[in-house]
Amino acid sequence: MIDRFIPQVSSYAGDIDNLIYFVAVITMAWFFAAQAIFFGFIIKFRAKPGVKAMHIDGYDPKHKRWITYPHNAVLVFDVLILIFAVKVWNTVKIDLPENTEPTIKVIGQRWAWSFQHAGIDGKLDTSDDVFTADEMHVKKGENVVFIGTSRDVLHSFSVPVFRLKQDVIPGREGTGWFKADTAGIYDIQCTEICGIGHGVMYGRILIQEPAEYDAWLKNAPKGEAIAGAVPLRPKAIDLYAPATTVPVAAATHETAKSAESKPVEAAKPAEAEAAKPAEAAKPAEAAKPAEAQH
Amino acid sequence: MSQTATHHEHAHDAHGHDAHGGHGHHEEPGFIKKYLWSTDHKMIAQQYMWTGMAMALIGGYLAYAFRMQLAFPGKFIPAYGYMSSLQYNTAVTNHGTIMIFWFAMPVLIAAFGNFLIPLMLGCDDMVFPRINRLSYQVFLLSAIVLIASFLVPGGGFNGAWTAYPPLSANSEYNMAHWGSTLWVLAVALEFVAFLLGGINFITTAMNSRAPGMRLWDMPLVVWMIVVASILFMASVGPLVAGAVMLLFDQNFGTFFFAPEKGGDPILWQHLFWFFGHPEVYVVLLPAMGMSGDIIATFSRKKLFAYKTLLYTVFGTGIISFFVWAHHQFIAGIDPRMANIFTVTTLIISVPIAEMCFLFIATLYGGSIRLTVPMLWGLAFVGEFLLGGVTGIFLGASGADIFFHDSYFVVAHFHYTFVPIAVIGFFMGFTYWSPKMFGLMLDETIGKIHFWITIVGFNMIFIPLFFTGLWGDHRRIYNYNNFSQQARPELQDLRIIATVGLLIMISAQVLFVINLIKSFLITKKKAGENPWQANTLEWQCPSPPPHGNFSTMPTVYRGPYEYSVPDRESDFFPQNEPPAA
Repeated sequence: MIDRFIPQVSSYAGDIDNLIYFVAVITMAWFFAAQAIFFGFIIKFRAKPGVKAMHIDGYDPKHKRWITYPHNAVLVFDVLILIFAVKVWNTVKIDLPENTEPTIKVIGQRWAWSFQHAGIDGKLDTSDDVFTADEMHVKKGENVVFIGTSRDVLHSFSVPVFRLKQDVIPGREGTGWFKADTAGIYDIQCTEICGIGHGVMYGRILIQEPAEYDAWLKNAPKGEAIAGAVPLRPKAIDLYAPATTVPVAAATHETAKSAESKPVEAAKPAEAEAAKPAEAAKPAEAAKPAEAQH
Repeated sequence: MSQTATHHEHAHDAHGHDAHGGHGHHEEPGFIKKYLWSTDHKMIAQQYMWTGMAMALIGGYLAYAFRMQLAFPGKFIPAYGYMSSLQYNTAVTNHGTIMIFWFAMPVLIAAFGNFLIPLMLGCDDMVFPRINRLSYQVFLLSAIVLIASFLVPGGGFNGAWTAYPPLSANSEYNMAHWGSTLWVLAVALEFVAFLLGGINFITTAMNSRAPGMRLWDMPLVVWMIVVASILFMASVGPLVAGAVMLLFDQNFGTFFFAPEKGGDPILWQHLFWFFGHPEVYVVLLPAMGMSGDIIATFSRKKLFAYKTLLYTVFGTGIISFFVWAHHQFIAGIDPRMANIFTVTTLIISVPIAEMCFLFIATLYGGSIRLTVPMLWGLAFVGEFLLGGVTGIFLGASGADIFFHDSYFVVAHFHYTFVPIAVIGFFMGFTYWSPKMFGLMLDETIGKIHFWITIVGFNMIFIPLFFTGLWGDHRRIYNYNNFSQQARPELQDLRIIATVGLLIMISAQVLFVINLIKSFLITKKKAGENPWQANTLEWQCPSPPPHGNFSTMPTVYRGPYEYSVPDRESDFFPQNEPPAA
């Protein structure tokens, strides 16, 4: 059902889907049974002239068992779901593949994803690392351990076809893993609200056959081609205000501009005495490249 | 525990003239004292209710605007205009904030709590009437501050109702310095208001019951509001502290949540959700209680195992303090923690499921009258069941990896919050408005209004379970930027949901028509006890005068003695002396 629109591409996507179906079967069985009884009672016990309702306080064991049995059954089903859920959770989030070095760093920033791929030496933070923006390259059929971090606010690295999601946090490096089973190009989303460009913070994951991936890695330009946050932002802003919907673009641009100038004004009275022009000017500087694009 | 009501001093004594003695000698106050400075719990209840409804109109309007944008991205939205991505973020943020803090809370807890607790306990007012007054005034101030936050330069706050820093803490990121500051301030003020109200509810229920009323004789809804107030008081402290820290981060250059200066953004999430999850039960319980009272009354049955029901309430309340991190499974907390919180989260399904079972069991052997309040009361149970079971998907940590921050979550919690807030409001209003205003609402219009609202509601959120299942993530103003989400099939589902919302909103016109017709045109008198109910609020005039009861009632039995064998009438008011 889920894979009707988003295929299972990671090794654990099937596990997660099966867990969802397992929970669905149990909860929906309970749900429909409860609704059937609920509606059955409403229809059966409609007021009839001359018929008085029963006087049941519910403490008689003969009556109480109708609550006790389902109560115990709920507990049993909870335990079943729990076992399955924890098993899947451990597979995805706790048990990282052994003897595997992290080979990709996923960096979230407003409002784009950038990636640092370990070069041919298989190690991150060496001179042959390959940096990309928006596109993550992955070798098919290989366990990949990644590090996630952010440059500014919280983002969440989400690849629906992997069924994988992990928040990335500024100042922290989190670790995760996946194994892609099928070659192809799929969406990366940001699933944690991160500001005005949250709705355009997409990326693509390119899952390549090993030979293709090796060739890409060999030929890709090495070194830190992406200087930092700034060069990525104009692209995001272009995209979040696409040319086809002119009124929206105009409106957003106005809002963005007027809003961006506000923190500076707001800061002024407080900063005036401290006389720190450099700090007060900062937000304005940061905003400039974005504005320059329009 | 005291079994007699405390005769407390009345606040308005302090205002000088017209000092009055005990019960039954309340003078009708003048305009200012009646409306602006009233300490009468019924007036304060109405003020909370109308304010809450006015705020719900704003919340509903925002929902209309962003659902139109989702169905027809980039198109002109009638009565709104074009919506930018920043405006979209602002709309979803404030829709959530308003509907929970300025609609569900004031209406369910403050309005019905204020109206019902003294009446159901047989006393003439709250124990602290002036604190009650202050509570509403602080609440009104908080609502004004929130509305002001839309109008300041930079626009309203846009960092989602959960306000995760660094986005919420730094105006360089959220581009709405004043909006976010006022938002935090408004939320903090609102908490102060409900703390004041909660003190009153708990104290009144514990100390001011009519003679003969034991704790086990209190109607379910009173118990539920008391437990909800205790939950609120116990959980809100960390968040108030967090809100102050956030306010300082935003305005005074502290770095509690700023990682580059050694702060920790995850800390906020813990503070927020330590409050945020019990908060779910804070609003759930009063709605649950109203539904229980209404179901008992209209099926002419005792509530099935009333004490067991209360134990499930206490259980839910306690467990609700140990589930908060299920909102943070993938937020970067130690993944081993997730397993612990999965256990607690699944455990909490047990008492909640049991509550639903007990409500359904109450129907068994009843003599069910499908009046408008009963329809709402039953709809609450029926709809909440779906919200409850879909919570299991999210509590199961392995499945939450996929579902977190998807539309499945949105659909799930709307299947809990819409029954709680919207259905809860309508069931309370249609059931108690004869008491509140002394006039009956029109049943036919009420039924049409009910069915259209229910159809619209389900039409909104059932499709959203599926868009979530197929990868729609939250707070995206236009899915066309995501190739897998831009499919026409998914867009069709989004359009169906928006049409559902339009239906649900239009149905509310019928509610307004009903109010106008019933209160201004037909004016059918309700009498003291139109539903033939047992609880004490039905044993005083409709609407109750200032001071409520002409003579203090004495309580002889529990609230649910319906259809007692060997009795002619099928109800047995709590204060009716037993036959000699």
